[in-house]
Amino acid sequence: MVKLILRKEEFEVKAGMTVQHTLEKVGLDSHSVLATLQGELLTDDEILHEGDVIKLVPVISGGRL
Amino acid sequence: MRQHKLALCKTHFPQWIVDQTQRFVEKYQMFTPQERVLVAVSGGKDSLSLWDILWQLGYQADGLYIGLGIEGGIGYSDESQRLSEQFAHERGLRLVTVDVEGEYGRTIPELALQTYRGKGKPCSVCGLSKRHIMNRAAVQGGYDVLVTGHNLDDEAAVLFGNTLTWITGYMLRQGPVLAARAGMVRKAKPLCRFYEREMAAYALVRGIEYIYDECPHAVGSKTIYYKELLNRLEADRPGAKQSFYLSFLQAKENGFFRTPDPEQDGSQEIGADGKLLHPCPICGQPTSSGGECAFCRMVAEIR
Repeated sequence: MVKLILRKEEFEVKAGMTVQHTLEKVGLDSHSVLATLQGELLTDDEILHEGDVIKLVPVISGGRL
Repeated sequence: MRQHKLALCKTHFPQWIVDQTQRFVEKYQMFTPQERVLVAVSGGKDSLSLWDILWQLGYQADGLYIGLGIEGGIGYSDESQRLSEQFAHERGLRLVTVDVEGEYGRTIPELALQTYRGKGKPCSVCGLSKRHIMNRAAVQGGYDVLVTGHNLDDEAAVLFGNTLTWITGYMLRQGPVLAARAGMVRKAKPLCRFYEREMAAYALVRGIEYIYDECPHAVGSKTIYYKELLNRLEADRPGAKQSFYLSFLQAKENGFFRTPDPEQDGSQEIGADGKLLHPCPICGQPTSSGGECAFCRMVAEIR
């Protein structure tokens, strides 16, 4: 399984899918988050492997200048 | 980056961002290397990335951080200030700090509770205060231009909201550069052509530490709602946000949005509400209000 962490929420999905498909699987928009693995940015087409812990970085901000 | 039909590695992507920023600074005549630039920073990804880019390009860029006094159970303002100071220290850059509570005796949330404008919602008070303080700092500091980290998603969301209600006065003023006027410094948005996701990626790849938490008062904001709607459009039609914004700029250039005719002497200017501007008798910043500007009226209300 792959673990996804977005702020305080956690999701678990099957391994073997791309980042984009994985995000779609858990109902997240790939335009709204970036996926990182051990601090490294992942692209949408990278395959997630068994045991990966993916930290999701939210992209959208609303508190503007 | 499907919107650009372009894919870059982690070495060339940040360089592309820097090169494109320089291209937009020149294209929209935002500022020159000889001019002094004040970067409004919030501790967030866009403003710190902007400052990082301008630093790499060799511009004379100082930062301005405004302490809003927002706690929200997460020490939001304290943490964003810490990250801004850390960023400046790591690069040997000058950061000017203005503390709202120190200057006016109230934090932004307190101003919102205690003034008519706030009506218990800080966002209106926050925006008014930041714009006033940023301009004052830029003018008093002798800066030629004030720059902010507004990205394409921000611009598209604002444009979308203004289009829904056809607030043409604000649409007329929206763009990469807002010219200086008496009492108001030139403003520019060097990141206005970049997607928010690109700026987040830039910050991550560059190792810039920024505040991930959203402002606690931004929850449920219209801006975030419009951004989410536009992202759904973008998912089906890559490039839609960019096309929306750039087509708007082209329409402005083609004269689709007209200004009301100025007074015969040509020395007066028009505000976003179509009314003539004059200097506020208290602070000197331009206002279309009958007497004092909205910020000075708000401060007077609490004193």
